[in-house]
Amino acid sequence: MKFMMLVKHAENQGPPPKELMDAMAILSEESVKAGTMIANGGLAPTANSTRVRVSKGKLTVKDGPFTEAKEMIGGFAQFELKSKEEAIEGAVRFMELHKKYWPEWEGETEIRQIFGPEDFAQCMNERSAAVAR
Amino acid sequence: MTADTHRAIDAVWRIESPRLIAGLARIVRDVGIAEDLAQDALVAALEQWPKSGVPDNPGAWLMAPAKHRAIDYFRRTALLDRKHEELAREFATREMVVPDFHAALDDNVGDDLLRLVFVSCHPVLSTETRVALTLRLLGGLTTAEIARAFLVPEVTIAQRIVRAKRTLAEKRVPFEVPRGPELAARLSSVLEVIYLVFNEGYSATAGDDWMRPALCEDALRLGRILAELAPREPEVHGLVALMEIQASRSRARVGPSGEPILLFDQNRARWDQLLIHRGLAALARSESVRSENAHAERLGAGCASSPPGPYALQAAIAACHARARTPEETDWEQIVVHYGELARLTPSSVVELNRAVAIAMVFGPAAGLELVDALTSEPSLESYHLLPSVRGDLLEKLGRKDEARAEFERAAGLTKNTRERDLLIVRARGCSGGKVLSKPQ
Repeated sequence: MKFMMLVKHAENQGPPPKELMDAMAILSEESVKAGTMIANGGLAPTANSTRVRVSKGKLTVKDGPFTEAKEMIGGFAQFELKSKEEAIEGAVRFMELHKKYWPEWEGETEIRQIFGPEDFAQCMNERSAAVAR
Repeated sequence: MTADTHRAIDAVWRIESPRLIAGLARIVRDVGIAEDLAQDALVAALEQWPKSGVPDNPGAWLMAPAKHRAIDYFRRTALLDRKHEELAREFATREMVVPDFHAALDDNVGDDLLRLVFVSCHPVLSTETRVALTLRLLGGLTTAEIARAFLVPEVTIAQRIVRAKRTLAEKRVPFEVPRGPELAARLSSVLEVIYLVFNEGYSATAGDDWMRPALCEDALRLGRILAELAPREPEVHGLVALMEIQASRSRARVGPSGEPILLFDQNRARWDQLLIHRGLAALARSESVRSENAHAERLGAGCASSPPGPYALQAAIAACHARARTPEETDWEQIVVHYGELARLTPSSVVELNRAVAIAMVFGPAAGLELVDALTSEPSLESYHLLPSVRGDLLEKLGRKDEARAEFERAAGLTKNTRERDLLIVRARGCSGGKVLSKPQ
């Protein structure tokens, strides 16, 4: 099963402490060695981002910065794992590091499964079953 | 809450057990005992964690009871075995000096895992036993999961694993990474096991039990682990490259109702570009490691580097397909070259059949058919459905429809895969010039 981990947090929390960066580097190295992490990356601030949006039939292109102070996706990692529980365990370990090395920080890791062919088939079946009902 | 904890314990076991077993195996010098000790620790966790919650460092937590039981084991055997006594003393001393035993193990964890890989794939074990033991000890799969994946009763797998541990103990297989000339043969046994697991999953279609396709991911995980443990081995990267590229097509190779879609009919937009990228990177790494090794070994000038191994060659062929955005862009000349090298390295009728397909793409169907016809008397291909299937395809391209239809029908009768049979019957019908054949069962 493939999972996308999305790390969300408010953007105005300053740079992460070096201890956290080091600990995260070790954790990600371990994940690579364990053959589970297949991609990862950190995202540039949303001040540099652009949103292309369709709403009410109208397309708009808007450059950052954006005023909403909501939590933004700051980083992602793609994993190949045996179960969702394994994904949760991995995310817990990742967030434990934040708790330990940057206690003031607030944020979350959202675990989203990436559908494989078998999930699509199941999803379509459920949908047609729902239609038939 | 309890159900959640049990599922969390499963996940922790999957993550921690290979390292735990590998570390214990180095200490007790017996893979079977190491796994028993690790299992005991798991039982302790199953008792305590539902009450106390999953600890912050579950790996270290699991190591603690395993370590105590290892000491007990040494106390029992120390009287019998002088060497064990020394080990026990060394072990007990280290325990006092280093309170965090898990951290002490971490220094060696890579070496221990690599030893565990080689022992699990040891040639004293049968191939199917190596597969079961590797999935169990390194993949962290349960006996039930392995049984389900290989469509055999759970008791069969359990027996295989028990026998494997007994054989390893009886034959006194050392817990070590082989060296010198032995290394190549032993490594090829490891790669064979991993690729076998991959193919078991890859040859299953989406309509099958979900555990079978999951075997591809298990194999990839093992391959990626091995690539980190043995980074100087070009064939390890070659195998990883081959599996990544093949896995990149998994979304495209099965149609909505579970029917197989052949490579040239696949929607290439559905190929997983991340896996292709990883596969091409692994192939490049295989090639650079090979040339670095050759450079390091080179004594005099003018010495050619060793040729690529069979996995790297198969990966290079897969890469030719992966790089082509459309079937027409496929670099068939390169594929013909690679199949030629592969045929020299590992001559087989199946490789020759594939080479014939590539030759047909470069030099036309008649040239391909000439090679295929030479294979029709090959006893090893007598019941291999791809031979008449390929022959039918080439005959159809040459306009010899009646012969083509007969070949497709023959192929349909030979394949064990129902989806593939349907596809072949459709192709046979396509050669019948509008005539309606009797409805296939």
